Amino acid sequence: MDDKLKIGDAQLDSRLFVGTGKFADYKLIPEVIKASKTQVVTVALRRVDFDIPAENMLEYLSSDVIMMPNTSGARNTEEAVKIARIARAASGSNWVKIEVISDQKYLLPDNFETIKAVEILAKEGFVVLPYMSPDLMAAKHMVDAGAAAIMPLGAPIGTNRGLKTRELVKVLIAEIDLPIIVDAGIGRPSEAAEAMEMGCAAVLVNTAIATADDPVLMAEAFGQAVESGRKAFLSGPGATAELAKASSPLTGFLRNE
Amino acid sequence: MPFYDKIVELQNIDTEAITESVTASQVAKLLDKSELRYEDYLALLSPVAAHMLEEIAQRAYKVTLHNFGRCILLYTPLYLADYCVNYCVYCGFNASNQIQRRKLSLPEVDLEAQEIVKTGLKHILILTGESREHSPVSYIRDCVCILRKYFSSIAIEIYPLSADEYAELIAAGVDGLTIYQEVYDEQIYSRLHPKGPKRDYRFRLEAPERAGRAGIRTINIGPLLGLGNWPREVFLAGVHAAYLQRRFPDVEVSISFPRMRPQCGDYEPEHPVSDQELVQSILALRLFLPRVGITISTRESAILRDNLIPLSVTKMSAGSSTVVGGHTDSIGGIGQFEISDNRTVDEMREVIAGHGYKPILKDWHDLT
Repeated sequence: MDDKLKIGDAQLDSRLFVGTGKFADYKLIPEVIKASKTQVVTVALRRVDFDIPAENMLEYLSSDVIMMPNTSGARNTEEAVKIARIARAASGSNWVKIEVISDQKYLLPDNFETIKAVEILAKEGFVVLPYMSPDLMAAKHMVDAGAAAIMPLGAPIGTNRGLKTRELVKVLIAEIDLPIIVDAGIGRPSEAAEAMEMGCAAVLVNTAIATADDPVLMAEAFGQAVESGRKAFLSGPGATAELAKASSPLTGFLRNE
Repeated sequence: MPFYDKIVELQNIDTEAITESVTASQVAKLLDKSELRYEDYLALLSPVAAHMLEEIAQRAYKVTLHNFGRCILLYTPLYLADYCVNYCVYCGFNASNQIQRRKLSLPEVDLEAQEIVKTGLKHILILTGESREHSPVSYIRDCVCILRKYFSSIAIEIYPLSADEYAELIAAGVDGLTIYQEVYDEQIYSRLHPKGPKRDYRFRLEAPERAGRAGIRTINIGPLLGLGNWPREVFLAGVHAAYLQRRFPDVEVSISFPRMRPQCGDYEPEHPVSDQELVQSILALRLFLPRVGITISTRESAILRDNLIPLSVTKMSAGSSTVVGGHTDSIGGIGQFEISDNRTVDEMREVIAGHGYKPILKDWHDLT
């Protein structure tokens, strides 16, 4: 079955994107990539140390994964744009996950500043994936501004609380023609599967893998969950019924006609 | 409301009476709450909570793991000058101490930077005493211009500035401010700072607000433990951090709990703080403010620092010297206080990794 996820020029088999923050050891990252079968890995430029190879995250990524720099630390459009440009020059990747956060307590994204950054960077030829609070109008503006996918949060970053924004994400899936990728908040493989069953195009997971006791095994679990969820979505699950079929139906008399 | 007005209100709270009345079941309930209020934070600083440190530590460990992962950021201090016009009775740089004073020339700053950068560190904290004559803002700015060639993040721990002066240093490449109120209790503050510009409690207290208005990225505050009643000081510092977080949501706020160390001079801390009390302070703060950074310097012993790694700490200094020129000189000099953990950056990296944590050398990329 041909079920590729198309973003920019890329055609992806894996629908799990992986974040690289919070790992206790960068050496785990190649193993996590292998176990999860991910093809897109996001890296914060702020953490990339170009001077020391052992500290340079990019050294741990093989050439067959897409490196998606993110603009972690950006507080406004201007900073996000600067970070994206530096990251592209340094890494050669034209993908960027825009993260504009001017709230350090909940780490909630600033949709307004993000939309402006999408517009500038898309015009400069970036494949732009904006991280956002799930809001339909903001998502539409991001589409118009040239985004390649929309990345709504499931719950605040690092909380592992799951798909708290479920209803709002459903609206985005229904109304936005670009891939919807849930980013942040997914704490368990079952929640990743649920997002995929709902019709999300992919999910991005970081904290739940990085802070597991066995990150590599958890990465594998997420890879499988995302695959299962996608298959379930494609296969069209049967409808659920709230009640058992009534034995004395109220409209049974109509059949006698 | 400026923080000074807030603290005037809080000064009237009898924190001791409140902490004395806290019960074990009250503390146990707090451990299930996701958002703690001021009174909850105070309860965690109570004598009863001191007997529940293990439960509190388990919770704090999880909260830190979710928010920061297994990561500890490393930095080192660079002392630029130790000229000082203040008379802080507890400080080795006190103007009345007859010590050989020194200020690095700009070429010396460059040499110090070259030495530090060999360790791999990318975050630096520059310090001066308070002397607008010997270490004016223009001098600090010139130093920053040199350091930018070597470091991706430059924080300052200097005398309090005006908002315009902070803006000037930020434009030059400074992204972080460290400023300790030393003691939040205004009466004790007044007694310990008998002369000099530092006598102005309010100007110091509101320095983080001025830096926040000027667009600083990170602010690190704290009480100097030993000067005042510790639960009260730790409480007020936490409330200060919460205030800054709310007023400047885009600023990364962190707290240090430096303890008084032996220094040149004969001041003995009036309220010494034990290891257990320090740990209780750190854990209480972590539960009260899950996203706030917690810094532990080399003032603390190697063994204590090692044990603090999984206990909510997010930032540590390493390879430190409190002597002006201490990274290049073999001559030595008088430091501001004694370093307790003398391990090198390489040794600290190994120790942190050995605890299953990632030593982070770079966590910001200079955009200026």
